[in-house]
Amino acid sequence: MFKSGFTSGFGTGRTLAAAAGLAVTFAAGFAAPASAQDTIKVGILHSLSGTMAISETTLKDVMLMLIEEQNKKGGVLGKKLEPVVVDPASNWPLFAEKARELVSKDKVAAVFGCWTSVSRKSVLPVFEELNSILFYPVQYEGEESSRNVFYTGAAPNQQAIPAVDYLAATEGVQRWVLAGTDYVYPRTTNKILETYLKSKGVKSEDIMINYTPFGHSDWQNIVADIKKFGSAGKKTAVVSTINGDANVPFYKELGNQGVKAQDIPVVAFSVGEEELAGIDTKPLVGHLAAWNYFMSVDTPENSDFIKKWQAYTKNDKRVTNDPMEAHYIGFNMWVKAVEKAGTTDSNAVIDSLVGVSVPNLTGGYSAMLPNHHITKPVLIGEVQENGQFETVSKTPGLVVGDEWSDFLPDSKDLISDWRAPMSCGNFNVKTGKCGGKGS
Amino acid sequence: MHRAFCWLLAAFLALAAPTAFAADLAPLVRGLGAGNYAETEKAIAGLAETGDPAVVPVIEALQAGDLHVRKSDGAVVVAKRAGNGYALTDPLTGGAIGEADRNAVEKIRINNALRRTISATLGALTLMSPDAGTRRQAAEAVFKSRDANALDALNTALAKESDERVRRAMTQARASVLLAGDAPDADKVAAVAVLQERGDQDARALLNGAANTGSDAVKDAATKAIASVEQRLALWGAAQNLWYGLSLGSVLLLAAIGLAVTFGVMGVINMAHGEMVMIGAYATFLVQEAFRQWAPGLFDLSILVALPVAFLVSGAVGVAIERSVIRWLYGRPLETLLATWGLSLALQQAVRSIFGPTNREVGAPSWMSGAFELGGLTITYGRLWIVVFAFLVFGALLVALRKTWFGLSIRAVTQNRSMANAMGVRTARVDALTFGLGSGIAGLAGVALSQIDNVSPNLGQGYIIDSFMVVVFGGVGNLWGTLVGALALGGVNKFLEPYAGAVLGKILVLIFIILFIQRRPRGLFALKGRAVEA
Repeated sequence: MFKSGFTSGFGTGRTLAAAAGLAVTFAAGFAAPASAQDTIKVGILHSLSGTMAISETTLKDVMLMLIEEQNKKGGVLGKKLEPVVVDPASNWPLFAEKARELVSKDKVAAVFGCWTSVSRKSVLPVFEELNSILFYPVQYEGEESSRNVFYTGAAPNQQAIPAVDYLAATEGVQRWVLAGTDYVYPRTTNKILETYLKSKGVKSEDIMINYTPFGHSDWQNIVADIKKFGSAGKKTAVVSTINGDANVPFYKELGNQGVKAQDIPVVAFSVGEEELAGIDTKPLVGHLAAWNYFMSVDTPENSDFIKKWQAYTKNDKRVTNDPMEAHYIGFNMWVKAVEKAGTTDSNAVIDSLVGVSVPNLTGGYSAMLPNHHITKPVLIGEVQENGQFETVSKTPGLVVGDEWSDFLPDSKDLISDWRAPMSCGNFNVKTGKCGGKGS
Repeated sequence: MHRAFCWLLAAFLALAAPTAFAADLAPLVRGLGAGNYAETEKAIAGLAETGDPAVVPVIEALQAGDLHVRKSDGAVVVAKRAGNGYALTDPLTGGAIGEADRNAVEKIRINNALRRTISATLGALTLMSPDAGTRRQAAEAVFKSRDANALDALNTALAKESDERVRRAMTQARASVLLAGDAPDADKVAAVAVLQERGDQDARALLNGAANTGSDAVKDAATKAIASVEQRLALWGAAQNLWYGLSLGSVLLLAAIGLAVTFGVMGVINMAHGEMVMIGAYATFLVQEAFRQWAPGLFDLSILVALPVAFLVSGAVGVAIERSVIRWLYGRPLETLLATWGLSLALQQAVRSIFGPTNREVGAPSWMSGAFELGGLTITYGRLWIVVFAFLVFGALLVALRKTWFGLSIRAVTQNRSMANAMGVRTARVDALTFGLGSGIAGLAGVALSQIDNVSPNLGQGYIIDSFMVVVFGGVGNLWGTLVGALALGGVNKFLEPYAGAVLGKILVLIFIILFIQRRPRGLFALKGRAVEA
């Protein structure tokens, strides 16, 4: 969803927010006093205040629930798990500070956290320096691989490319609007998509790319432009990488201007059940989203998960979404790897994580790959009146996460394999050397 | 020919004995619930084939998502919410057939492809409807679907049609079908002329298609028609931009006008202004929840009720802030800035703790949903009402400041505090009420913004900088300046956006303001005279 800093937001007050965020934070210390040594500590690094709290608070809750569940089953290695929650307050430098605090002071065995790419980039050097483990649960732009980070969200080839394939195949789309918020995730994803579409024979005049600032709220002429672009006599679709905050006004404008899904469908990569909860979805029925999980997926694992989640939050209307599933997968992988290694030592766990396979919530298994990404099914869903998605397409098998996109010139020759003896995040297959472009 | 016959027969029989057909339709209707999209599509085609008007309510129910399959016997029924379960009716006869538990029926799902098929089918089937509005909608649906199968029905309907507007819509629909199908060139060229007259984006889409695929004569005519249509669209495009500018300007005006009171008139740098807007939006949410709970039938009035509620709630919070924090900080702008900034964070976090971090849904009343066409302009009702509302609020504030005793006291206190005090004005009270007024107006803005933006704890942050920009640009302390500033910034923004893009457009506006402030530090309409020094 949000992938990058808000500091670029002109006229949004966020520049100030970042500056003053240091002065006034509401860093709520949830951390229970460290009890005896017979617990294993797990760090949770999600913003509970500031602009990102809207998305990240849920992930904190789901982690607490998973840890509680695990403790009921007897913990890990015979020890209870102890969550350590910190609040980096949507403030990117504070992410690095809090990560350091979790690893060096609280001595957590692993950290689950971050949402935006910029927060991940901010903590990355800390995890590499202190040799700890981070599980990152959100779909992102790829072009990164670290020995200490495990990416349980989708890489672009696990979300964007299958979505475009679906639209081209079933809806016969020939003209594409790539609309996104102006930061690294949409820009990289759109670059990948543009190259991909052109490789499929789409002409440049049939691709319109549009970027808007963070929190953009006046979509009138952009929606009008989309309508105009769609009136060239070819089937048109919008691929949206617009970030969470700006989506509500965007969809409201679409509904008001009468852009119906049957005429110009919009497929979004950042709109999930949580975002739809704030919108009247009646005018949006039929617009699409591509994820690796929908709350509406009908499997025993999923209904069990939803039941537990709603009981845990004591709210039978709470929805689940894709990053929550990513944490569910990531957490179970970590538990399994720790039990396999018989220790929480970082090096041993990092090595034993590769190859671990756990059930996901859509009726299959996800496995951790040597490039520290996971295998996932890709689902395309249509928005329903009740704010849920109805799956209209599911990839027949699992899609392997590709960290270095094949459609970007800088990264197409790179691969990543953290198993010995290669142990390299950016191995260039052309030159046969570790350390290519891009990292 | 066969279809035309069917049609006449159906129209005839529909009057005489609708139930006679229903018996034959039943297995077709049952087919709708076969399970997958392809089967449902086949069943719809089968129903359309009959041409029987009795199938219209069935397909309409499918479109509305009311059609369900009863799990016990696989029958397709119309199920509508009634209490905890569903009330079932027969889709063909409309007769009640009892009730069912929520789990006893399963909804027949449709996807985009099916939605297209449904509206095309409905279009072809309702061309003979007795209601002119329905006929026109049907013609529009055929226009969009370009379904060659609808041509016979269209010709029959056209021959009988007497309503001028419906006739035009049907002629255009016929043109669209002819152009998309394989009609002779002469017909196609005539169709091009009809579409050229229609002259909107849908027409252009069709003409573009014809210009790419047709024979030379058609291509030629289409290319000429496109040029004429584009010229017309460009003209309307400029008008549309003007409207967008006005609309954005009115949003800026609404957001800034409260600040024009607290910052412009009182001189308080109020960083928590955006949170007053946010509180107004949450007040709207609460009012709507109350309506949903106790008076769902009156939902359309909820926004009107929310207006005074939001004004009072935000105003009360404003008065409380003034009494507890700001009154100790008059004349110390830096401390005020920091204190109100802290307040804004505290308010955000408080709202986040009470209502949760996720967006809250504020619905639009029916009179604020949708859009209407004015020539080539698409004007959405929501935006239209916000423009009207912004000007009403502006007018009311102007009158309140100029013509009432309270307004006089405000002006007296801000212009010369000690003199006002000497004349018996209770300055402390006036300060509190003025701040309350500015905050209350921000609350009103929140009601309007809840219609177009997220209702989340961060709502206010998106507007605070814009509001300051408008007030500073227009001239601090001058309401007319705020009006002109808001409309000018809105207009400039919208005219830059198509050329420079939204991101660069905003940057350019900001640079423009920086340069402008260099030249005229006091903004567009600077106050002159003694008031400036007070």
